[in-house]
Amino acid sequence: MGAPYRFIIKALWEIQSFTLLSLRAIANLFTRPVYLRECILQMDRMGIGSLTIVILTGFFTGAVLAIQSEGALRTYGAVSMTGQLVSLTLIRELGPVLSALMLAGRIGSGIASELGSMVVSEQISAMRSLGTDPIRRLVTPRMIALVITLPMLTIVCDAVGMCGGWIIAVYKLLISSNQYWTDAMNAIQFSDMVGTFVKPVMFGFIISMTGCYIGLRTHGGTEGVGRSTTQAVVSSSIFVIAADFMLNNLLIYLAPLMNS
Amino acid sequence: MIEFQNVYMSFEDEEVLSNISFRIDQGDTVVILGESGSGKSTILKLMLGLIKPDSGRIIIDGQDITGMTERELVTVRSNIGMVFQEGALFDSLPVRDNVGYRLYEEGRLPESKVDSEVQKHLGFVGLEDAIDKMPAELSGGMKRRVGIARALVGTPKVILYDEPTAGLDPITKRTIVELMIKLRDLEGVTSVFVTHDLHAASIMASEYASASVDGQVRFNNERGAPLLQNIGFIMLLKGEICFTGSFHELNNSDLPYIKSFVS
Repeated sequence: MGAPYRFIIKALWEIQSFTLLSLRAIANLFTRPVYLRECILQMDRMGIGSLTIVILTGFFTGAVLAIQSEGALRTYGAVSMTGQLVSLTLIRELGPVLSALMLAGRIGSGIASELGSMVVSEQISAMRSLGTDPIRRLVTPRMIALVITLPMLTIVCDAVGMCGGWIIAVYKLLISSNQYWTDAMNAIQFSDMVGTFVKPVMFGFIISMTGCYIGLRTHGGTEGVGRSTTQAVVSSSIFVIAADFMLNNLLIYLAPLMNS
Repeated sequence: MIEFQNVYMSFEDEEVLSNISFRIDQGDTVVILGESGSGKSTILKLMLGLIKPDSGRIIIDGQDITGMTERELVTVRSNIGMVFQEGALFDSLPVRDNVGYRLYEEGRLPESKVDSEVQKHLGFVGLEDAIDKMPAELSGGMKRRVGIARALVGTPKVILYDEPTAGLDPITKRTIVELMIKLRDLEGVTSVFVTHDLHAASIMASEYASASVDGQVRFNNERGAPLLQNIGFIMLLKGEICFTGSFHELNNSDLPYIKSFVS
């Protein structure tokens, strides 16, 4: 068999396994038992635990946006529109994507290494032998937790980022607070609100499921755990950016319908 | 009780088990010997339905488990306890939750009942004091004893041991084997013991436990001779069974591979 043929077969097989795992994780939502405690524990770890990095990312991104936009806007004598530029860029694109990328690094790797170690030390087999479905016990709670917390974190990121932009706007670009905020708020349309919510839901799903999938198929001892961890970060980051591209197309297409 | 019929198994083009057939009756002990990579642990995973064979039938309690779904397997697994290599305790849970895992998951017993069950089984392996510890605080031997306690919860009819003595010092090893003998002779569980440790296997075959009226357990042997009747040996070589028989027959076998393994 030729190498390309084998590669295609392997890729198809991976897609199939990933889809099956996702479907099972979702199907578990509708049957008992649901591990609520595990969900809440994960939400605490993922949500509260990631708050610092999301706040820092948001703040500096907003500030940088304001600084960088000055040059371009000044050419057109439109420095006063900084608020609009910062808020739209953050809400439509950078808030969701940067939060997701930070969490792909922090949570995606965490999930993959945790589940990977459990596979390697036979804890997953032990769990199954004791009558528990590891997908129900481990995958579904992580999926729920990230799908719920990532949109919240994104909103925090957007808000902090706008504050970062505001500080630069007021103290460096000498725009009045009032103008910055009015401009920033007026620019936001309903479709932007939908986007800033839909994107992180999708990204949360992608990051958690990629982490779980790669973690659960870990093999080859401690070295394998390391490999899985790296792979989870790389894959989920790429998937997030690719999904963002597709969601943008969809949202731009749907925006006129939503805003009318 | 447990029966393998012409079982074949391979991982990614590599054959791990080929044409494996054997039968284990209620109350028997079977020792599966073989060097690392001979497919010993794979046999235990197949018995639990954790993996599926490529072909052949695996019959447990009269039911073929090869075609069963994960949900159907839960009932089958509830009669089987498995002691994993290195224990495979859940790192994130204290010893109490590890041992009582099955009962907590089932959620049928009240918390106090579960607690007394956990204490009973930890007492059996001599680790009552470790109940609130985390697995990371335990030594290798203690982890395996907790693993045995966890496998005992729910009083399974069969216990599978995957290299329970590997990498332990002689004294701890002795403790683990004595636990296995106690379970076999006093509780009457069917045991499947996968190992490459011939010494541990010979203790299994030569000693028996008896309890006196005051509950004291004693280990006896017939002048060290491995004479026990209900213990069988299976030897694996590169995924195939190369020997089945008693310990006596194993020691007197003419096969060169077995001779080199035994000596």
